[in-house]
Amino acid sequence: MTDAAIEVSGLVKSYGGVRAVDELDLTIKRGEIFALLGPNGAGKSTTVEILEGFRGRDGGDVSVLGIDPVMATRSWRERVGVMLQSTSPRSFLTAREALDHAGRLYSAPRDVDEMLEAVGLTQKAEDKPQELSGGQRRRLDVALALIGRPELVFLDEPTTGFDPEARRQFWTLVESIAADGTTVVLTTHYLDEADHLADRIGIISAGRLVALDTPEGLRRRASGARVSWREGTTTHAEHTETPTAFLRGLLARHDGEIERLEVTHPSLEDVYLDLIGVQHESASPVAAPAKGQEERA
Amino acid sequence: MSAARTVTVGAPPSWWSMTWDRTRVELKEFLRSREQMIFIFFFPMIFLAMFGAIFNTDDLYGTGVSFGQYFVAGMIASGMLNTGFQSLAISISIDRAEDVLKRIHATPLPPTAYFVGKILQVLIVSVVQVALLLLMGVVMFGVELPSDAQHWITFAWVFLLGLATSTVWGIATSSLLRNGKAASAILTPVVLVLQFTSGVFFVFTELPTWLQHFAEVFPLKWLAQGMRAVFLPEQFEAAEASGSWQLPMVAVMLTVWLVAGLVISMKTFRWLRLEDR
Repeated sequence: MTDAAIEVSGLVKSYGGVRAVDELDLTIKRGEIFALLGPNGAGKSTTVEILEGFRGRDGGDVSVLGIDPVMATRSWRERVGVMLQSTSPRSFLTAREALDHAGRLYSAPRDVDEMLEAVGLTQKAEDKPQELSGGQRRRLDVALALIGRPELVFLDEPTTGFDPEARRQFWTLVESIAADGTTVVLTTHYLDEADHLADRIGIISAGRLVALDTPEGLRRRASGARVSWREGTTTHAEHTETPTAFLRGLLARHDGEIERLEVTHPSLEDVYLDLIGVQHESASPVAAPAKGQEERA
Repeated sequence: MSAARTVTVGAPPSWWSMTWDRTRVELKEFLRSREQMIFIFFFPMIFLAMFGAIFNTDDLYGTGVSFGQYFVAGMIASGMLNTGFQSLAISISIDRAEDVLKRIHATPLPPTAYFVGKILQVLIVSVVQVALLLLMGVVMFGVELPSDAQHWITFAWVFLLGLATSTVWGIATSSLLRNGKAASAILTPVVLVLQFTSGVFFVFTELPTWLQHFAEVFPLKWLAQGMRAVFLPEQFEAAEASGSWQLPMVAVMLTVWLVAGLVISMKTFRWLRLEDR
């Protein structure tokens, strides 16, 4: 038994000659919360759908819980929970009925009442999806993905459209799933979500994994700082590895108040945007952090 | 969800329990859907009451059969087309467009359990529908139910073969329709044309010959004729287009359509939307 829940090597998937996933390598450990981050169209949903056994591939090796998902068997489906990107559609079944029915497909399902409680839908148990808010419907989707007590659960952009409070509650829920020992694979385009939840983050861009690190590790890649100030009508900005020394020099040249003086350290967002090759506005007048650091960790 | 990992590992649920569970879900979804109940379940009864009242010819071709009686047989056949073909084609297309099928595919539910669940739902709804249509026929139009086993055996095979054909074509058509939302708009005229030409709304022999030949290609004409063989008195047989109920031909045509529908539905069925590849 290996300690990897998912092993991917050289994964290739093309659409009409264009490679949506291009030689992707990835290992996800059992019990971790792994976030796959990337802009729309980067290939993260395609990758996840291949791992979920929905899509075929054009090349590479994939093993999910020891099985190639193309060959998904019933017993494999018992061990894998899937929350799709699309929200649950209209249905004439109430939340409780839907969970009841879904649970009866598994050998050792979770208790329906406990599940409703865990996703905060106890008060809404007798409501149908169309009577629930968008956030509540997403929580029902999570409950449906977890009712069978999976070893591995995929959450595809779970909090899109949530208000900040609903997102916080959702994070607590995901943390409790992981505390149960479930491996969680999460795709998101919210950096704060990946930062808050993930043990490790994989950043995908143009079908390739451009970084794979802990949130801390990614943050450490940001070096130096940006010093900006205003003289007359022009704003000056300087990227420097030694902000203190730079400031001493700056202060020595100006004896009065320096207008709008700021020292900022690059955020995780700056690191991310740099990795996916987006020219970040606030960093534009100065050179972006040195290239060459964005190679695979 | 407690953190306790005390999992009582049960045996995986049996195929039959999952299939029956699926059937119950399908029945609930059908019974609670206003569209399905009105346009699929009650539609033939509404038409029977309406047409029976409008066309009150008492004696078709001196056979002593009223138009109402003729119409009961046609509406039973037509109801089977609604409940199998039309209802499944529309509901499965929408389920595919809205990722319902994708969700089902992500669970351990065996595909055969899904299909058998659908088939059982169609069967149960259709049995109740046919029973109600017959009840209306007896009470409102003086239809006499056959009293011998021979007729009921004919009814059993025509009903089961016809419903099976209708069901497989519903499943096949759901895959051929690319847009779930347009399914209803596309299928309603198809069903109407078949009903008008197959001797459901009009007495078949009153149609122009070329329309009769057109309808003979499709199964509804044969299904309606089979039902007339069961529920109309023997003296009407001479008034049929060929002067006979043609039961062997009913069996052949329905079987050919059943096999063709089965092959197409098995070759074209997909859990995912077409663009989800």
